[in-house]
Amino acid sequence: MSAATAQADERLVHRSMLRRMIGRPELGAVVGAAAVFLFFSFAADSFLRASSLSTVLYASSTIGIMAVPVALLMIGGEFDLSTGVMVTTSALVSSMFSYQMTANVWVGVGVSLLTTLAIGFFNGFMLTRTKLPSFIITLGTFLMLTGLNLGFTKLISGTVSTKTIGDMEGFDSARTVFASHLTIGGVDLQVTILWWLALVAVATWILLRTRVGNWIFAVGGGADAARAVGVPVNKTKIGLYMAVAFCAWISGQHLLMSYDVVQSGEGVGNEFLYIIAAVIGGCLMTGGYGSAIGSAVGAFIFGMTSKGIVYAQWNPDWFKFFLGAMLLLATLLNAWVRKRAEATK
Amino acid sequence: MSPLVKLTDVSKFYGNIRALEGVSLEVHAGEITCVLGDNGAGKSTLIKIIAGLHQHDEGTFEIEGEEAKLASPREALNQGIATVYQDLAVVPLMPVWRNFFLGSEPTKGAGPFKRLDVQKMRETTRAELLRMGIDLRDVDQPIGTLSGGERQCVAIARAVYFGAKVLVLDEPTAALGVKQSGVVLKYVAAARDAGLGVVLITHNPHHAYLVGDRFVLLKRGAMAGSHGKNEIALDELTRQMAGGSELDQLSHELERAPGPDVIGGKPVVTDEDA
Repeated sequence: MSAATAQADERLVHRSMLRRMIGRPELGAVVGAAAVFLFFSFAADSFLRASSLSTVLYASSTIGIMAVPVALLMIGGEFDLSTGVMVTTSALVSSMFSYQMTANVWVGVGVSLLTTLAIGFFNGFMLTRTKLPSFIITLGTFLMLTGLNLGFTKLISGTVSTKTIGDMEGFDSARTVFASHLTIGGVDLQVTILWWLALVAVATWILLRTRVGNWIFAVGGGADAARAVGVPVNKTKIGLYMAVAFCAWISGQHLLMSYDVVQSGEGVGNEFLYIIAAVIGGCLMTGGYGSAIGSAVGAFIFGMTSKGIVYAQWNPDWFKFFLGAMLLLATLLNAWVRKRAEATK
Repeated sequence: MSPLVKLTDVSKFYGNIRALEGVSLEVHAGEITCVLGDNGAGKSTLIKIIAGLHQHDEGTFEIEGEEAKLASPREALNQGIATVYQDLAVVPLMPVWRNFFLGSEPTKGAGPFKRLDVQKMRETTRAELLRMGIDLRDVDQPIGTLSGGERQCVAIARAVYFGAKVLVLDEPTAALGVKQSGVVLKYVAAARDAGLGVVLITHNPHHAYLVGDRFVLLKRGAMAGSHGKNEIALDELTRQMAGGSELDQLSHELERAPGPDVIGGKPVVTDEDA
């Protein structure tokens, strides 16, 4: 090999190190999160207090728990618009089942898990069977669930909210699992933060270090190519929808156990927050690219903004504007970063 | 020795449309069988039957002497038939090493700690590509950043590595320039020398003639001819492929057609006028 080519190779190795750093999907989100954090540190005096940060983390976790599977699903090339109301459905099912059957709360929680997973399976099965866009399929599920939530709750409870299950057997232990507080280092933390971090860790492990992770990237980035080399495309997609359902179940149980009643109209609109978190975190709308950690950073940006506005004593009416602007900026930044990453080959 | 793949009078219908009728071909180890035909001749239907994406309706499909009906691409792969498609060979945004092992990822560990053997995947990808003459600086780069020819070569190297006995190539040179086509054909020949049976689908008789041992011509879903390399010359192959007598007719018409007097509003000045 000549000296010239050896030199060229050295230079390329050097460049590829840099590329690897800016090539990470979550980079744009991390930069954005740092900017938002600094901004509110200066704009709101109380923002940096431990109790404030704990509140921010809690707000982030409620979105983040769902943003993780939604990000995986988007990497797999699909959407789910039914996630927001599916969380409510999951809470309603466990609440009403336990109350009506006067069963242990854990029985209701189990029935809810099965029901929610069945809804996820339905989404995935319909998608792979009909080959319709996931936008349409899950929009249908979204509307149907919205109707069922309200209809069944009124039919069974007579009002738009469920009966309280706070005094029922098993409620206390269920609350410990899904909605308790922990004190770590003098700081009061919601247990959902642990759920969230655990989910991010598991999802990252699956995405980057397992066969299924490889398949998720492949079905989103090139379903036909994946099918041609023997990847079970349909099973992977159905599995992703069931993962979304599983996390909706966790979220739903948290919703129920934090209070002990559920409002049947809740959850509408949240599906977009999950998608926004995933997109800010670097997921491509077209699939095949993104990360679970990115979705967590996206959710954290959401938490900081929603609570930071309160700590800065601004009118929270402006929150949605900030969220929308952030989404646009993040998407532009991601597109720019990705183009740069691909140009330096 | 029985051929690796043998089709006898295979037909395929989509509803009342005849996509393929009475096609026979044999693929032997260490030989390249070229399937030639114009657009709509039934090449893709044939490839889909061999690759396990579709099932044939009539005729027999034998793999190493045993009759087969493949239900899925996975089943074809298990039988040693690997197909490399022109457009959808790889997933562009995924790194080269993930693409190389896609669908057949090696793992280590057990239970919940069963994980990809990333180091082995990276090293094997690099070594296998190097063996085929592609020196990648970085197997982590998205495969979409490679050239079209390199991508085809990665897909071929992948099939060879996973022990394919039969390699089906769908128009591997269609979108490539002259030089890159040459590179790809070199790998096709390398795969043949490694003892694989190759089916090369193409509409370029020049490329086919360079490497092919046997030529099957398709026309409107039916066989228009089957020749060994010593039975046919390139000129004749090109003529038959382009439609034989139809081509004669066309060249006849083109010769006789009077040139236009005016093009784009300006009179055409010929040598005679000058």
